[in-house]
Amino acid sequence: MNATTSHDVAVIGGGLVGSAIAWGLAKAGQRVAVLDEGDIAWRASRGNFALVWVQSKGLGMPQYAGWTVRSSNAWGGFAEALKAQTGLDVCHQRPGGFHLALSERELEQREAMLKRLHNQPAMQRYDWEIVDRERLRRMLPQIGPEVVGASYCPLDGHVNSLRLLRALHVGMRQLGVAYLPNHAVDAIAWRDGEFTIQSSGGAVRSGKLVLAAGNGNARLGPMVGLAVPVRPQRGQIVVTERTAPFLNYPVVTVRQTDEGGVMLGDSLEEAGFDATVGTGVVSAIADRAVRMFPLLARLNVVRTWAALRVMTPDGFPIYDHSATCPGAFVATCHSGVTLAANHALALAPLIAEGRLPPEQLEVFSARRFDVPAAA
Amino acid sequence: MFRRLPDAGEARLAVTIDGKPARARAGDSVAATLLAAGVDHCRTTPVSGAPRAPYCMMGVCFECLVTIDGVGNRQGCMVPVEDGMAIEIQHGRREIER
Repeated sequence: MNATTSHDVAVIGGGLVGSAIAWGLAKAGQRVAVLDEGDIAWRASRGNFALVWVQSKGLGMPQYAGWTVRSSNAWGGFAEALKAQTGLDVCHQRPGGFHLALSERELEQREAMLKRLHNQPAMQRYDWEIVDRERLRRMLPQIGPEVVGASYCPLDGHVNSLRLLRALHVGMRQLGVAYLPNHAVDAIAWRDGEFTIQSSGGAVRSGKLVLAAGNGNARLGPMVGLAVPVRPQRGQIVVTERTAPFLNYPVVTVRQTDEGGVMLGDSLEEAGFDATVGTGVVSAIADRAVRMFPLLARLNVVRTWAALRVMTPDGFPIYDHSATCPGAFVATCHSGVTLAANHALALAPLIAEGRLPPEQLEVFSARRFDVPAAA
Repeated sequence: MFRRLPDAGEARLAVTIDGKPARARAGDSVAATLLAAGVDHCRTTPVSGAPRAPYCMMGVCFECLVTIDGVGNRQGCMVPVEDGMAIEIQHGRREIER
């Protein structure tokens, strides 16, 4: 065995999921290596919308709603811990967030969906409400005449997600994590309790393994006995020039960043591995945003981009432990920002101990997809 | 600070700079109009509040951002001046209403 390249844990993927887990593992005293791909990686962590979002999540899996609420509640302390350690402010804010409706029908559908969500057995209780136009105008004075109301949840918030990625990388390196860029993984072998990872940057050995490679997990999982059915789902984003603060709350499709730019987004497309921007979708995004906040029409757009979500068949995360290669874990989700606090503070300590407690995380196992669809 | 060349055309256009009347020559940019009028800065920065003046005069440096007819963050060097324009020094960040 080559002692110089053996680590307690190897994390494959240096995005928000991988770096949050690596940071948490290092806090738990583990010797960690992070293998990251090169600049060809899809890097959802650099193209996301940066919400820390609770409302509407978990229809079909109330435990996911509970897991999301837990992360939202842990986020303030997580941001403070990162700032205390690295000096970097990730600009976390939790003023509550809105989902705006542009017609009575949209508002009714929204309310019905949220009632279904909250009527589920085992659903964790938390505050949410439907806000009518008059009350909404006091909180969001710039709404346009078409806005009839909104759903509001006080647990919603947002961050500067690029700075979050940077803070996690600075933080994990300060904690002694070996960050290995340009280590695209080709093969993983497990033998006698040790993983040997063959990569474009050389071989790395470790006692445990965490797959946190986003859409790459679909390819890597079977190497260690894990099925990870994830696919890319494209989202497009428009960002305006910076302006003085005017939007005091994040809206699910419109938010003003700490630096003043306004991000518009929340499109969904099944487009495979294709992150090109299309004017049709961008126009629709801009049109809806301007109907919500007509003053946005005065701003210059400075950039548009697309990024690929990491999507499971039911949209919920996968956390799993391999039955055939003990010590191999997978963590994958489309909410690497919202769930970063959980990944760092809750999931990483469990991985450090070497097991995912079934009572807490069984529901997130990919074994849920083995059940044949009902005829 | 700046003086027009003797053979430059007559400054016949009437504009306002922060509400005060000023003259401009057809063909001037807004940035040139400000410099010819002796204005020593067209904006203050959002971060430190430092005064800034037009620099590159060719659309690259974004130092000449001003509010023109109520719209902020316009590049003064890229906008031909027009009769009746209301030009304002921009203080800090653009506001969405302006």
